[in-house]
Amino acid sequence: MTADTDTDTDTGTGAAPGTGPRTGAGDSVLVSALAAHARAAAHARAAVHPRSPAAPCVCGSAPLADRDDATVVRHGGTVAKAHAPDTDTPALALRVAVADRLPDLLLPPLTPAAPIRLHGRPVTLWPYGAPVDPDDPDAAPWEAAATLLARLHRAPVPAGLPPMRGPVKAARALGRLRAALGTAAHRADAHEAARAVTAAWAALPPWARSAAPMPGPAALCHGDLHLGQLVRHPAPDGPWKLIDVDDLGAGVPAWDLARPAAWYACGLLPPDEWARFLAAYRQAGGPAVPEDGDPWPALDVPARALTVQTAALAITKALAGDRPLDEVEQAVVDACARMPAVPSQYPGPSRPAVPSRLPGPPRPASGFPG
Amino acid sequence: MQCPKCHAPMHTYNRNGVQIEQCSGCRGIFLDYGELEALTRLESQWSQPAPPPPAAPQAYPAAPSAPAWGAPQGGHQGGHGHYGHHRHKSFGHMLFSS
Repeated sequence: MTADTDTDTDTGTGAAPGTGPRTGAGDSVLVSALAAHARAAAHARAAVHPRSPAAPCVCGSAPLADRDDATVVRHGGTVAKAHAPDTDTPALALRVAVADRLPDLLLPPLTPAAPIRLHGRPVTLWPYGAPVDPDDPDAAPWEAAATLLARLHRAPVPAGLPPMRGPVKAARALGRLRAALGTAAHRADAHEAARAVTAAWAALPPWARSAAPMPGPAALCHGDLHLGQLVRHPAPDGPWKLIDVDDLGAGVPAWDLARPAAWYACGLLPPDEWARFLAAYRQAGGPAVPEDGDPWPALDVPARALTVQTAALAITKALAGDRPLDEVEQAVVDACARMPAVPSQYPGPSRPAVPSRLPGPPRPASGFPG
Repeated sequence: MQCPKCHAPMHTYNRNGVQIEQCSGCRGIFLDYGELEALTRLESQWSQPAPPPPAAPQAYPAAPSAPAWGAPQGGHQGGHGHYGHHRHKSFGHMLFSS
């Protein structure tokens, strides 16, 4: 469900069978083990068909995603997900428990107990949900997504829940970019684009770079919102739910709005779709932005961070594919290039190490540590 | 499309039925075949005093606010940006990616 070491389309637990699994790219032994696990769970759940457990069945298993960080296999109405090898398993158990407690907002797990382990990977089980059609993103459920986020952000943060992992993922994207550049000295275009991206990154406040704790007050956040993170459950026409709790946690709720905000700012998401998303979020009482007026003081830093993350992954991907940036990727890099000249609108210093000469509003007690 | 001069993305506008591409970087303008003639023809029709300014606000619906580091036209003035009439394939992919 997450794709934090991969920029391939994230098909979550909900993708239709056959929508581009990269079979063979990962661990086929793991895929087989997951399929067997999902099959056993599916048959135990609903007595899918009255045969002996050892008999061949007609449900069929389909890999939904097979990446370095997540392998997802569906069997009938059951989906088994192997999480990243470096997953903090106790933290994952806490995150899965949140999904179990908020079944109207998050796809509830089939296994609320601690994840089992297969081939060294923590594995969780989920019901199948119908995803947003990747071929018809115009049908994207922006209002539903915004309403789910607003309700999630208003939910109490469970004690002991770890931080939302958005800034960690952004920092990881920059790390991947640096690694890719190190082996591509001949790609002057990529190095030039990367200079703009790293300069924009350096100008972000430490918390957005995962170099300091996030400012409070903390809200319950999803941490990795995009259109692959929504499914209808029960499929095919149940209510929309959020999936993928790997990055869920306590943090700055504007981070969950920041991908659509970044897409809009970069001229990629049409204004009406952004307006619908933002209006629905406000309508549902979401706390990440003020009820009315300009939302950008709250959105600015997270939207910059997601733009930088997207640009870093785009360059990394272009290097891996030995191709130039496409028009959309260039638009995101161009936005990074414009950032350092524009002071951050976030209510706090973008570069705390440099004292401002201008009198500013008093910093809130819950402001940026460090 | 990309600007042939500075390679920044170009945005399409419709001025009195004439499609104009303007570069978001260097602000250069690209005209297709026949468009210069169409503009000249239009100009000759504007014999009245006080022609409307080039950035006639009624040409654009009110767009939501956007940050100053955003796309010069796409996010600010309701122009076509990169979305146009059909979504760019690469952006369709981005919508579903971490």
